[in-house]
Amino acid sequence: MDIKQYKIDKEPYYQQLANEVELYNAAYNAKLPMMVKGPTGCGKSRFVEYMAWKLGKPIITVSCNEDITASDLVGRFLLDANGTRWVDGPLTMAARYGAICYLDEIVEARQDTMVVIHSLTDHRRELSLDKKGELIKAHADFQLVISYNPGYQSLMKDLKQSTKQRFCGLDFDYADAEIESKIIQKEANITADVADKLVKVGQAARKLKGHGLDEGISTRLMVYAAQLINQGITPIQASKMAMVRPITDDEDVRESLDNAIELIFG
Amino acid sequence: METEPLNKYQQRFKCKFPDALEAFEPCLKNAQKYLNDIAIFAYLDGANFLCSIGQGVHPVLVYLKIIPEVAQQLGTDSIKIITDYSYKLARSPNKKALIPFLQSLKTVCRRIKNKDDLQHYLIALDEFVEKTQTVIHGHNSLYESSGMVPLLQAMPQLISKLSIKGLRNFIDYGARNYVDAPDQQIDYFSLKSHDAKSIINREREGTSFKNSEHKLNMAKESLWDCDYPMTAFSTSFDQVREPLPYLEEELIAVPDVYEDKNGISGINRYRTMLAHMMSHRKWSSKLMADNYAPQMQLIISAFEDARVDRLAMRQYPGLTKYFFALHTYPEKGACDAMKVSTIRYRATRLSRALIDKNFNPEDELIEEFRKKFNQLLNNKPSSTQEMAKLGTQYFIQSRLDSDSLPEIYFDNTEVSYRDDNRYFWFHYEEYDEADEIVPNEYQNEERIIDTADSLPPRFYDEWDYISQSYRPDWTTVYERLHPSGDANKIDKLMQKHDELAKKLKRMIEMLKPQNKKRIRFQEEGSELDLDIALRSLIDLKNGQVPDLRINYSNTTDSRNIAVMLLVDSSESLNQINAETGQSLLELSQEALAITAWTIDKLGDKFAIAGFNSNTRSEVRYQHIKGFSEQYGETVKARIAQMQASYSTRMGSAMRHAAHYLSAQQAEKKLLLVLTDGEPADIDAKDPKSLIKDTKKCVEELNSQGIFSYCITLDKNADDYVSDIFNNQYTIIDHVNKLPEQLPKVFMQLTR
Repeated sequence: MDIKQYKIDKEPYYQQLANEVELYNAAYNAKLPMMVKGPTGCGKSRFVEYMAWKLGKPIITVSCNEDITASDLVGRFLLDANGTRWVDGPLTMAARYGAICYLDEIVEARQDTMVVIHSLTDHRRELSLDKKGELIKAHADFQLVISYNPGYQSLMKDLKQSTKQRFCGLDFDYADAEIESKIIQKEANITADVADKLVKVGQAARKLKGHGLDEGISTRLMVYAAQLINQGITPIQASKMAMVRPITDDEDVRESLDNAIELIFG
Repeated sequence: METEPLNKYQQRFKCKFPDALEAFEPCLKNAQKYLNDIAIFAYLDGANFLCSIGQGVHPVLVYLKIIPEVAQQLGTDSIKIITDYSYKLARSPNKKALIPFLQSLKTVCRRIKNKDDLQHYLIALDEFVEKTQTVIHGHNSLYESSGMVPLLQAMPQLISKLSIKGLRNFIDYGARNYVDAPDQQIDYFSLKSHDAKSIINREREGTSFKNSEHKLNMAKESLWDCDYPMTAFSTSFDQVREPLPYLEEELIAVPDVYEDKNGISGINRYRTMLAHMMSHRKWSSKLMADNYAPQMQLIISAFEDARVDRLAMRQYPGLTKYFFALHTYPEKGACDAMKVSTIRYRATRLSRALIDKNFNPEDELIEEFRKKFNQLLNNKPSSTQEMAKLGTQYFIQSRLDSDSLPEIYFDNTEVSYRDDNRYFWFHYEEYDEADEIVPNEYQNEERIIDTADSLPPRFYDEWDYISQSYRPDWTTVYERLHPSGDANKIDKLMQKHDELAKKLKRMIEMLKPQNKKRIRFQEEGSELDLDIALRSLIDLKNGQVPDLRINYSNTTDSRNIAVMLLVDSSESLNQINAETGQSLLELSQEALAITAWTIDKLGDKFAIAGFNSNTRSEVRYQHIKGFSEQYGETVKARIAQMQASYSTRMGSAMRHAAHYLSAQQAEKKLLLVLTDGEPADIDAKDPKSLIKDTKKCVEELNSQGIFSYCITLDKNADDYVSDIFNNQYTIIDHVNKLPEQLPKVFMQLTR
C-alpha cells in the first residue's frame, strides 16, 4: 500500500478569504476533525486540498452518495483465488497510514452509515474492524474532514446531532465580486473585464435562489465559462453553456438568465 | 371639364331620395380618390340596390360614405358581397343591425386583407345570428338577436385588438354562454362585462403579462434587486390613448398585453420597460413638480429619462439595442412649428440624441446640450437635480411662440418603454388632509360575501366541453377557516365506533412501514451474503465461473404520502337516511373523524377541507385541517361544526385543493373526494358541463402527479362517476357503512 500516491505535489491555487488557513492549522494540530460548510462550487474542496498540500499530508477523498455503506468506508472481504481477502476502505486506509480523509457532501450519505466515523472523531481516535477482528489506532497524522452544503439539505438530509457535535466548523461562501473576479482571472487566465461580467451574471443568478433556482451559479461554473471563452467561444454562448444550462431545467429561469447574460455582455 | 363624367355617373345613380341626391356629389368626389371607373359603376349599382330594399335612405347614406375606401382595400368584388349581405340583414329580424353593420366595415377593412377575410367576417356574424336567435316551436322567431347591435358597435375596438379568428372565438363564446340571458349578452357584446375583458385578453395576440409575470419577476430580482410587486392594467378598452406604465412607491404597473414592436418581442418589451423603471428607482431622486411649468417638466423628464437610460446601458450594455429599437422619434421637419406646438417633437428628438451618439439631431441647440449632458455623465451618474437645471436651460433657449398653441404634434413622440415618471415628480397637495370619506349609502344593497377569516379570492378557469377550451378566470373561490364547534362530539363518535377503531388499528400496524428491506444478489453491497459467497467459492474451487453477486444491501421502505380529503358539504347532505335516521352530513362527519384518526395513526401528511358553491362567483372552500396542523382539538371542533348548504361545484374546489397538494413534497399525492352526488350548480344549466369540467380537472391533476379518487354516496352514480374518475372511485351503497368504508378505501389505496 503506497499512501504517497495520495500526496499533492503541486500547490493548488487557493485565494484566502479570511483567516481560515490559520484556523484550520490550529484544528489540525489539535487533532480535531473539521467540517467545512458552504454552497456548491465555492471552493470547499479546493481549500481542503490546499491545506493538505500546505501540511504535506496525503488526502483521501470520498464522494458520498445515498448508496454508500459503512463497508464502503471501512473495507470488506473480497473473493480471490484462495478464498476471501480483506481490503481496507478509504477511512481505514487514512487512519492506518496517516492521511486526511475527506468525506465530500456528507449529507448525501444515509445518517446511520455515518455512525462508523464516531469512534475516530472523539478522544478515542480508533476504528474497530469487527468483521476482521482488528482495532486500528489512528495514525498521528490522521484527520477527518467533512463538507456539506447547508443550502439544499431537506428534512431527510441532515446530519445526526451526535455526528455534528464532533466537528469544528468553517463557513464558506462565494467571495465578494472583486475577489471572485480575481479568482476567475487567475484560474482561467482571462481579462478582468470578462471576469467582471461573468461575476455580474453569477450575482444576478444568486438573487434568484429560491425563486426557481435551488442554488446560484458557483464560482466553479464561472471558471468553466471563462475557460470556454479562452477556447474562442463568444462570451454569451460560453456563459449560457457553462452557467445556465447545467443549473436549471425551468424554461422561465433559463430564459431570464439568458436574457441577463445578453444584457450584461451587450 | 369635370362635369361630363359627373353626368355619366349621375345618370347611373337611380336613387330618388332627396337626401341621397344631396350627398351624392361630395361622396362621388371622395370615391374618385379611391376607385377607378369600373369600380365606381359597381359602387353606384350597389347604392341603387340598397335604395330598393325598403330600408329608407339611411343605409344608402352610410354606404355612399364608407364603401369607396372599403372597395379599394378589399377589391371591387367586395361591393357585391356587402350589398347581398345587407339585403339578407334587411330581410331578417335583425334589420336594426344594418346600419351598424355598414359602419363597422370602415374599421374592419383596415384590419382584414382581402375579400376572403371579408367572407370569414360575414360567416362569423351569421354564426352569431344563428346561435342567438330565439327559436320557438322549431321556427326562427321574429325576435332579433339582442347582442347584434352592441356587437357591431363594439367592432372597431374588437377588430383593433383581435384577429378574425380571435373575433370568431369571442363571438362564439358570448353566443354560447349567454344564450338564455339577453341582458348579460348585451353587456358582453358591448364589452362592459368582466368576461368580455377576460376573453379579449385571451384571444389577443401578443405577450400577456399573465404569461410573463414569472420571468419579469426574475429579471427584476436578479438584475435590479427589487422586490416590488407588479400589477397589470388593462389596455383593451382605451382607444384614445394607451395608458402609460408607472412606478409608484413599491408598486410597478404595466400593461396587460404587449404586442411585438419594431422587431422586439413582447417579453423583451416588458423587460426593457422594467429596466427603464428600475433605473429610475436606482438613480432618480424626487423633484417638486409645482416648481416647474408643465412644458418644462416634459423637457426635464426627457433629460432624466435619457440619463437613467444611459446609466442602465452602462451597467447592462445589452439594453442598448432594445432602447434604440423602441425609442422612436419623429423625422426632421415632421411638423410645422408655425401651426402646431412642437414641444413634444423637440423633446423626443432631444432624448434620442442624448442616448444615441450616432443620431444626428440636425439642430445646433440639441448638439450643444448633448455636449453638456455628456460632460455631466462622463464617468459619473450625475443627478436628477442637474438634469432639472439642464432641462430648464434648454427649455428657455428653445422656446417658441407656437409652444402655447392648443394643438400639439404628437405622432411618434411617445417612447413606449418609458413610464409616466410619477416616480420622481411629486406635488404639493394642500388638501391632502381635508379628504372626507363619504360613506356609501348603497353599500348594504350589495351582496355581502362574508370575508371574515377569509383569504383573498382566487380565480380558476373552467373547462367548456362544447368549445373544448377553458373559460378564463370563470370561478371565484373563497377560502375561509371552518367555524368551530364542540370537539367532544367527535370524541364521542369515536367511542361509538370503538370496535371499528380496534379493527383499523390492526390493519394500520400491518401497513406501517417495515423499516428495512434486504436486497440480495448484489455485486456491491453493504454486507457479505455468506450463503451465496460460499456457493461462489465452491464454484471457484471447482474451476467454474463464480457468481460475483455475493453481497446484500439494505434499503428502507417508507411511506411518503400526502393526502387531501375534500368533503362535499352541499345542501343535499341534509337528507335523512331512512336506514339509520341519520343525515348524510352526520355520517360524513363520522367517516371523516375515523379516517382522519386512521391517517394520523399511519403518520401520513394530510389535510381536510369542505366545499360548496353558490354560483360560479362564490365557490366556498372551508379549511378544516392544513398539512402542517396537528390533528387535535381545534380540527375536531371544526369537523363537529360542519354544515351543509348550497351546491357542488366540484372542479373548482378540486383545483383549489390541488394547489395546496402540489406544494407538498411527497412521492405520492392523493386527493380523496367525498361526495353525495354529481357536480352541479344553480347557474350551470347544462348538467353535463360541470361533469365534463370535473373530468378535465381530474386529467389536469393527473398530469401534476396527483391521484384523485372519489367516494360517492350516490347509489346512482354509475351514470357519471366513471366518466369523471375513470375507475378511480368507490360507490358506497349502504351509507351507514361509510364510517367503516372510508378509512378502508384509504388504506387500500395506499397499501
